[in-house]
Amino acid sequence: MTATHSLSVESLQLGYGDRTVIESLDLLVPPGRITTIVGANACGKSTLLRSMSRLLAPRAGHVLLDGREVHRMPAKELARTLGLLPQSPIAPEGITVADLVGRGRNPHQRLLSRWSHADDEAVAAALDATHTADLADRSVDELSGGQRQRVWIAMALAQQTDLLLLDEPTTFLDVSHQVEVLDLLTDLNQTRGTTIVMVLHDLNMAARYTDHLIALADGKLYAAGEPAEVLTEDCVRAVFGLDSRVITDPTSDKPLMLPLGRHHVTSTPG
Amino acid sequence: MTLSVSSASSPAETPTLAAVTRSRVRRSRRRGLVIGILVALVVVAYGINLMVGETFYTLSEIGRVILGETVPGASFTVGELRLPRASLAALAGFCFGLGGVTFQTMLRNPLASPDVIGITSGASAAAAFAIVVLGLSETGVSVFAIGAGLGVAVIVYTLSFRDGVAGTRLILIGIGIAAMLDSATAYVLSQAAQWDLQQAQRWLTGSLNGATWDETGPVALALVVLGPLLLSQARNLFMLQLGDDTAAALGVRLERTRILVIVAAVGLLAFATAATGPIAFVAFLSGPIAARIIGGAGSLLVPAGLVGALLVLVADLIGQNAFDIRYPVGIVTGVLGAPYLVYLLIRTNRAGGSL
Repeated sequence: MTATHSLSVESLQLGYGDRTVIESLDLLVPPGRITTIVGANACGKSTLLRSMSRLLAPRAGHVLLDGREVHRMPAKELARTLGLLPQSPIAPEGITVADLVGRGRNPHQRLLSRWSHADDEAVAAALDATHTADLADRSVDELSGGQRQRVWIAMALAQQTDLLLLDEPTTFLDVSHQVEVLDLLTDLNQTRGTTIVMVLHDLNMAARYTDHLIALADGKLYAAGEPAEVLTEDCVRAVFGLDSRVITDPTSDKPLMLPLGRHHVTSTPG
Repeated sequence: MTLSVSSASSPAETPTLAAVTRSRVRRSRRRGLVIGILVALVVVAYGINLMVGETFYTLSEIGRVILGETVPGASFTVGELRLPRASLAALAGFCFGLGGVTFQTMLRNPLASPDVIGITSGASAAAAFAIVVLGLSETGVSVFAIGAGLGVAVIVYTLSFRDGVAGTRLILIGIGIAAMLDSATAYVLSQAAQWDLQQAQRWLTGSLNGATWDETGPVALALVVLGPLLLSQARNLFMLQLGDDTAAALGVRLERTRILVIVAAVGLLAFATAATGPIAFVAFLSGPIAARIIGGAGSLLVPAGLVGALLVLVADLIGQNAFDIRYPVGIVTGVLGAPYLVYLLIRTNRAGGSL
């Protein structure tokens, strides 16, 4: 596993129908690090992630993986290097965990090729890494939200890509499961060097678990860099239209955003 | 935590790896077993269809007819009537099963079957029009039916397209189009000079009456050509069950898969419909039955085709022999299928269902 793949976006324009979502965006995903994209609802975060993984063709500009245009790469070749976990993937009724995770092997299999020992090993490793081995023969329908999300991540791990894109992997999870999923992604990044790019809603989780934070506002890049540089009171105001205080989280030394709503604010530290 | 997965350096068989291998082997054994049993059942049902009728013939008599010997009575009854009829039943059933499960899987909804969303209705209306009004031959009828089937597929897809295709919208539009096409079929039949009940039954519910090798041949050819094309997409179709985005992220080329699969499935359905009429609910029932018995062990295409063949063979056996009056096969499958349609509609109201 290497950390040398470079993923970048150059003057990218994206949209659906006659609606432009991303106007002109330049980005560089640092290899071997965890990158998180934050922004208000409908600011184009998911759209950007879909385009980076070839699911949405750009109107203008380029998405480049190691200098090659991803939209021109053979589908399976790209899927062996770059994986994507969409926001709401669909589990077919009655599918077992092992079967679902095994589907992550698709880009490594040819038309008539038999299931190989390497496929079994990848599935087993993915189950172990996500602590879902004991669920292998269970039906995905029966699992809790947190278990199900770990199983989907296991499917993406079985794909064995050096780059992994995740669209809101912690949505619908309670706080302990959010932490569990983000810890798991951090393990993956630290032990395998997998480059991770994710979209998160929770700014404080993003600040804590991210090496590189990207803030989008109105289809444009507002700021990108280390969380401490990017997550500022000005940034929160510009990106979300919200007044806030940003302090240093005493447990992690990362920035911590405290929103200032119209109610219940008794003092404004910092 | 075991995060290393380099396949070259894995000397120890971990418990998880052993369990994964075991469960995969179990799934593939189950798949082999289910397919084997289905094949055996189709063969048995085919044999019984050849033996049973107004006169009973033994297996050895049938064997001699198939080998080309002249057997008094049996040569005509089995050779000219029952063999083409049972062959057409099995072939058309296989085509309906394949075509049906293809649409249900691709659109991730058991209601999105070609006989619910108007594709077989289109092929049927076109076939009735081609025969009754234009007086075309078998080949012309098949071409007409395929054109209409593809046309309906394109129309239903286009009409239901708004920021992507939502399953429910496509199904409702398809049901509307199917109703229009069914009344078109009824109108064409009522205009026919040689209006007779046999033909009306064939184009409205599907029937094997009067089946000859002339009808069986094109269906067999379609299956030989389009079947492998469809099966070559089995794995991609299987991946589409996870949703378009996940499938694409796992290396499936969506547009290419959809086009190949739609052309192959509509072709199979149209050839079968041109020969037998739209045998009610076979396309609709085969996939869910196959899914239930195969239990998530791989692609549903071949199992659903076998279930379709079995359904038509058994339904024809019942329709021909169980009652005082002989009923066309489509009436029997209709009686079987309608309650299941009602059940699915009730269940879909409670929770969105998939195969």
